[in-house]
Amino acid sequence: MSEARLTSSTNILEAKHLVKTYSQRSGKFGFGTTLVKALDDVSIILREGSTLAVVGESGSGKSTLARCLLQLQPLDSGEVLFAGQDLAKLDGVVLRSIRKNLQMVFQDPFASLNPRMRVGEIVGEGLLIHQIGNASEQRQKVVAMLKRVGLTEADMQKYPHEFSGGQRQRIGIARALVLKPKVVVCDEPVSALDVSIQAQILLLLKELQAEMALSYVFISHDLRVVRHIADDIVVMYQGKVVEQGSVVDIYQQPQHEYTRNLLAAIPGKKIVNASDV
Amino acid sequence: MTVTTALLQLEHVSIAPRKTPSRLLVNDVSFTIEAGKTTCVVGESGSGKSLTALSVMGLLSKQLQLSAGKVLFNDTEAGVQDLTLLDAESLRKIRGAKIAMIFQEPMTSLNPVLAVGYQIGESLTTHLGLKGDSLKIKIASLLEMVGIPPSRANSYPDELSGGQRQRVMIAMSIACEPRLLIADEPTTALDVTVQAQILKLLDTLKTRMNMGMLFITHDFGVVADIADNVVVMFRGEIVESGTKEQVLNNPQHPYTKALLECVPDADGKKPLKPIDYAWLPENQVAPQSELVML
Repeated sequence: MSEARLTSSTNILEAKHLVKTYSQRSGKFGFGTTLVKALDDVSIILREGSTLAVVGESGSGKSTLARCLLQLQPLDSGEVLFAGQDLAKLDGVVLRSIRKNLQMVFQDPFASLNPRMRVGEIVGEGLLIHQIGNASEQRQKVVAMLKRVGLTEADMQKYPHEFSGGQRQRIGIARALVLKPKVVVCDEPVSALDVSIQAQILLLLKELQAEMALSYVFISHDLRVVRHIADDIVVMYQGKVVEQGSVVDIYQQPQHEYTRNLLAAIPGKKIVNASDV
Repeated sequence: MTVTTALLQLEHVSIAPRKTPSRLLVNDVSFTIEAGKTTCVVGESGSGKSLTALSVMGLLSKQLQLSAGKVLFNDTEAGVQDLTLLDAESLRKIRGAKIAMIFQEPMTSLNPVLAVGYQIGESLTTHLGLKGDSLKIKIASLLEMVGIPPSRANSYPDELSGGQRQRVMIAMSIACEPRLLIADEPTTALDVTVQAQILKLLDTLKTRMNMGMLFITHDFGVVADIADNVVVMFRGEIVESGTKEQVLNNPQHPYTKALLECVPDADGKKPLKPIDYAWLPENQVAPQSELVML
């Protein structure tokens, strides 16, 4: 269980005072602009080997946070420290070489895989870009990774549309992990999947975390899922962090009104209560 | 009003592709829905739950056919009718007026170039002949009922949030006060907080208007919140049905048990468990074709 997992006290990724503002057209014919604060002074700490869940409803800024952590979007201000370096200040070349340590698993397994690439190419693309090993070594790595996530060597020749949602998410995970990253940002990795498939993917993520010493930033709006995978939680609301702490503390004693609402919205409390009696 | 027979009764419904009539996508499905009650159809993707719902409305795609069975709808005025025997014209009179449907994706099921108020009003004009001010008043009251300020009637779908769009869908579907509401995964695309609001809204409306509701979902958590009766489907067949208490607290079929097992609990006490197919004979674990999802 998560309590028994070895988590060191080293912080592998640290974000300090992140601010990100979007401008939105408004008013008559969209002539005016209003500024929307997607991230408003957000600071988070990811401990090495642990899972940090970021929860909140849509529009709370959690996906923006994910993208800003990986520098997929420029920040207005704030710093993201990985291995002592501020990612926000790095130039393109250096950033790219560091990015192999920071990978992402996307929400929608139907939209995040190129439909015109074979699975082998999709998973191997990162190795190609970062020029890791020669062609046959790359192939071996891809095969090993695919097998690890529960697919076969023959699947390398197939296209994404030939797979089910759960299998596609496995491909997405293989693509992220083939580079042996240190930090993986999972943006709602199971919310597009059936409940019956969710558990498989969550267990896979947990196993891989133990094997490869990964640290996860796990973005989700489903507190049932978070309870099972996270060590720490950050609750976001309208671009601000309203509460953070360990999973057990927040589930047992939510301090903020919004956290309480989120917990109250979990569907199927009645099942749990019924089986407890 | 005394309901002697059930509001909707499916009898031995089977659905197959026209080209391969022997391959049954839905096989011998029977269940009933009573007025003022919610029947949940639960199953994974590909289990035929959406097809079953579409067949009630006569909305199956042209490649598919209802190969056997009856869909008996107890209309207060016309008596019990078999919907599968009706022609397109009479079906059109029932759709929207007597039986309404809420679809899964509020993004794709609203017309992006029409104001939401107009879209809600369409069925009122068609079925009830409302026009002018009385139409406007009715639209405003419907929007209010689903918790959207009536002033938003002139907004377009892209100006509303996902939850609001689903509320508009609900307003559209209940506009003519249908006897039966079919909701095909109405909350799957939504956030947990919004999902809770929508479920509550549907439950209140159902009680207030004494509607029967056919609710399709893959999440047993949602079932616990909203259902009166539960039907569990697996690969086109009903494996278990009963009241919510029976199915949730005392599941009989191994598939129901497996499906219940993989719902994560909020306390984190229960270990995560992937869906278990060990009970299947000869281990037919190969997943069914995704064609069924449509």
